[in-house]
Amino acid sequence: MNVVTPFEGIGASVRRKEDLRFLSGRGQYTDDINRPGQTYAAILRSPHAHARIVSIDTAAAAAMPGVVAVFTGADMPDLGGIPCGWQIHNKDGTPMAEPMHPVLAVGKARFVGDAIAAVIAETRSQAKDAAEAIEVEYEVLPAVATMEAALAPGASRVHDDVAGNVCYDWHIGDKAVNEAAFAKAPKVVEFELVNNRLVPNAMEPRAAIGDYDPTTEDYTLYTTSQNPHVIRLLMGAFVLHLPEHKLRVVAPDVGGGFGSKIFHYAEEAIVTWAAGRVKRPVKWTAERTESFMTDAHGRDHVTKARLAMDADGKFLALHVQTLANMGAYLSTFATSVPTYLYATLLAGVYTTPTVYAEVKAVFTNTVPVDAYRGAGRPEATFLLERLVDVAAAETGMDRIEIRRRNFIPNDAFPYQTPVALQYDSGDYTATLDQALKTADWAGFEARRAEAKARGRLRGIGISTYIEACGIAPSAVVGSLGARAGLYEVGTIRVHPTGSVTVLTGTHSHGQGHETTLAQLVTDRLGVPLSQVDIVHGDTAKIPFGMGTYGSRSLAVGGSAMVKAMDKIVAKARRIAAHLMEASVEDVEFDRGTFRVAGTDKTKSWGEIALTAYVPHNYPIEELEPGLDETAFYDPKNFTYPGGCHICEVEIEPETGITTVVNFTAVDDVGRVINPMIVEGQVQGGVAQGIGQALLESCVYDSEGQLVSASFMDYQMPRANDLPPVSVATHTTLCTHNPLGVKGCGEVGAIGSPPAVINAVVDALKDYGVRHIEMPATAAKVWGIINASRPAMAAE
Amino acid sequence: MPQVTLTVNGKTNTVEVEGRTLLVELLREKLRLTGTHVGCDTSQCGACVVHVDGESVKACTILALQANGSQVTTIEGLAKPDGTLHPMQEAFREYHALQCGFCTPGMVMSAIDLVQKHPDGLSEKEIREGLEGNLCRCTGYHNIVKAIAAAQDVMHGRAQTLAPAAE
Repeated sequence: MNVVTPFEGIGASVRRKEDLRFLSGRGQYTDDINRPGQTYAAILRSPHAHARIVSIDTAAAAAMPGVVAVFTGADMPDLGGIPCGWQIHNKDGTPMAEPMHPVLAVGKARFVGDAIAAVIAETRSQAKDAAEAIEVEYEVLPAVATMEAALAPGASRVHDDVAGNVCYDWHIGDKAVNEAAFAKAPKVVEFELVNNRLVPNAMEPRAAIGDYDPTTEDYTLYTTSQNPHVIRLLMGAFVLHLPEHKLRVVAPDVGGGFGSKIFHYAEEAIVTWAAGRVKRPVKWTAERTESFMTDAHGRDHVTKARLAMDADGKFLALHVQTLANMGAYLSTFATSVPTYLYATLLAGVYTTPTVYAEVKAVFTNTVPVDAYRGAGRPEATFLLERLVDVAAAETGMDRIEIRRRNFIPNDAFPYQTPVALQYDSGDYTATLDQALKTADWAGFEARRAEAKARGRLRGIGISTYIEACGIAPSAVVGSLGARAGLYEVGTIRVHPTGSVTVLTGTHSHGQGHETTLAQLVTDRLGVPLSQVDIVHGDTAKIPFGMGTYGSRSLAVGGSAMVKAMDKIVAKARRIAAHLMEASVEDVEFDRGTFRVAGTDKTKSWGEIALTAYVPHNYPIEELEPGLDETAFYDPKNFTYPGGCHICEVEIEPETGITTVVNFTAVDDVGRVINPMIVEGQVQGGVAQGIGQALLESCVYDSEGQLVSASFMDYQMPRANDLPPVSVATHTTLCTHNPLGVKGCGEVGAIGSPPAVINAVVDALKDYGVRHIEMPATAAKVWGIINASRPAMAAE
Repeated sequence: MPQVTLTVNGKTNTVEVEGRTLLVELLREKLRLTGTHVGCDTSQCGACVVHVDGESVKACTILALQANGSQVTTIEGLAKPDGTLHPMQEAFREYHALQCGFCTPGMVMSAIDLVQKHPDGLSEKEIREGLEGNLCRCTGYHNIVKAIAAAQDVMHGRAQTLAPAAE
């Protein structure tokens, strides 16, 4: 028997290894860390969305009790700007506008919350008190708070050197082919919609501690990051000009990220640089309103689309024009989100032969916008799945039938879309059928009638989606403008007694990697889960890594581990062959046992590991001692999870309150390693999708003041806002990574918003509603019902 | 500076604080009990919930001085000295009711108080309503609700052991 008992390998819902420390209060988040002699930073932020900084007087602040130093942008003339990681080109081939993003504002403040000055003091309170004593004279300038305002003729410029506030004007697809298809199409459906701006709101506010050792000139940054090596690269090479060997970045336990902790933020550079100046550790922790004002926001698209169809409801062509808000500066991956993570998904799960998309990215006087859970794919999915419903309504077709008629069939894989991507596998009919059955779609009209008898409006909505994750093949993204490779790194360190430490370049901030990644080792090497530890989040320990985002940890990071384990097993077999006096070709390995094929001669994993480190009887001429291997894995393609989400809502007409009463998700995430964790990831993603659809909205007023800057003003989903969510999976394997995995972190947030809104529109179908913008708040829904009430009554 | 004396997880401490020092600051910065977290500054998120004299309290909402003479229990004080978890901690683990772990201490402390105040048991809806003071961004609450429902049976003596989560 080589099977580990109890079964802890691939497919087991093992309880999480990390939970005990989190449940005991022993997690170590950045703000939990304190360094000897630590000081505290407070950042003075601009109260204006757009203002010229006439003068900054720090004298009074510097004289306040406990103040160690006060810094402004003028103190940092040698520092580089915060870089953007992805260069997009305009339609005419010229590069995008890429204005300087200083660490502390120089000359102008460009959004409410822009960092103006940093106070370093003995205590947090002293730093905050002193920041309030800094006198800044501002000349307030007209602000452009929306894309519409920013693009208006004569609009105030966010950056003096960026005409028209346009970062880039980009396109993808064959315009001529697309126009020709529209020219002869029997039916064209036109549609406009907004993808509402969101605040990611990880529960742990961002924090950073800079530390400096003057004897070695080593810097350490502890930070709330999803990718410490990326931060080391960006901050070291571009901002502080520190070589990698003098800069260590530690991302300890991180309390949620959802994309917002991918990016390199000014505060990381401020505390690291300031630690070198004051020769003491410097800690900064965001207050929640500071998080609202400075964490990169998500979504914020305005889109016009046209869909051409034939008389049978077959899609012939899609044309999409999108405006994407960049905010005041380019955040790390901001430019890639509305282009290569959005427009490349506009074929969806459909055979639409031509897609042409134009995307204009716009600077505004708002906080930078970047990837938030799903990053581009939720925007594409919301557009497509709303558009398909509208097309069905306008042609009198059934919502399910129009989807089936346009699905990419199972025998078409690998499927080349007209917008660059090649899907490797999927079965859209299977996930659709399973979801329809689970949600009892067929029985819905009876439930609608029952609800009507109770005075409620009941609706059902569906979305059939695909996304691209497992980011990403380096050569492909490099050709598209990415300034980094997107491989991943894994080291498998087998200890002399056979236990294993894995060093992974991915980072867990809620995903459960310490369990899931350990299960890969247990499954392959036969080492019990308790004997496997996963180490992540420290550039001093991990060889390298690109971190966790785009649902890439298993597909890319897990695959790197598989490659490293392949090397381990190959070497271990040679050691076993030596010990058993057999040829290496005859040595089989299966989860913990080496066997000479066809014999009862065996060696255990532990014996081989010990021999590798105590090489008394060892093929020392041919083989180095030790059992420790590293592998870099560069993916061959993106992975393509997909599936079907069905939402059922009830609306109370008197108040407009929409309640999600049932939610069904059937997702194809490829091979499932830990079903319990996958289910949890989908539930969490769906919660954020329902939040976007019904509750959440980031609101700026026309002056650029952030109106929704606290949990009192921004409606986060609470337990009572959400339904129980039914989650199931239907697996087709990814064809190009060794695990067959696709990724599950974002599917919930990608598939769900259109399912919810389609349900709301369905519930309101008697009111002549074609579309309702997110969030479908009670006020909006009540307004629709109330506006039509006299007409309804008159009938 | 004024002094405050309070018993935290069974240990009595006397600490100098500023008048404006919050209970959560005392716990985190003076006593280094960093299991209690700060997720907002407006008493909305509940990451800082502890028990003060047996009642759940948002530790960012009371001054350290107001807790003078109190018995405080934090997440670090829940398990037995031998390491046996409180049934609520065990239920959160069994039902995968935590992901990033940041809201978890406050969520567990709130959940215990909620269950204790309802000896007759809570329905799913009542649990959801009872969690209105605690935000979680990771889980969608689905598994938190299930964990609390399972833990209450153990806490009220209606079950000897925690019902295992469905596979």
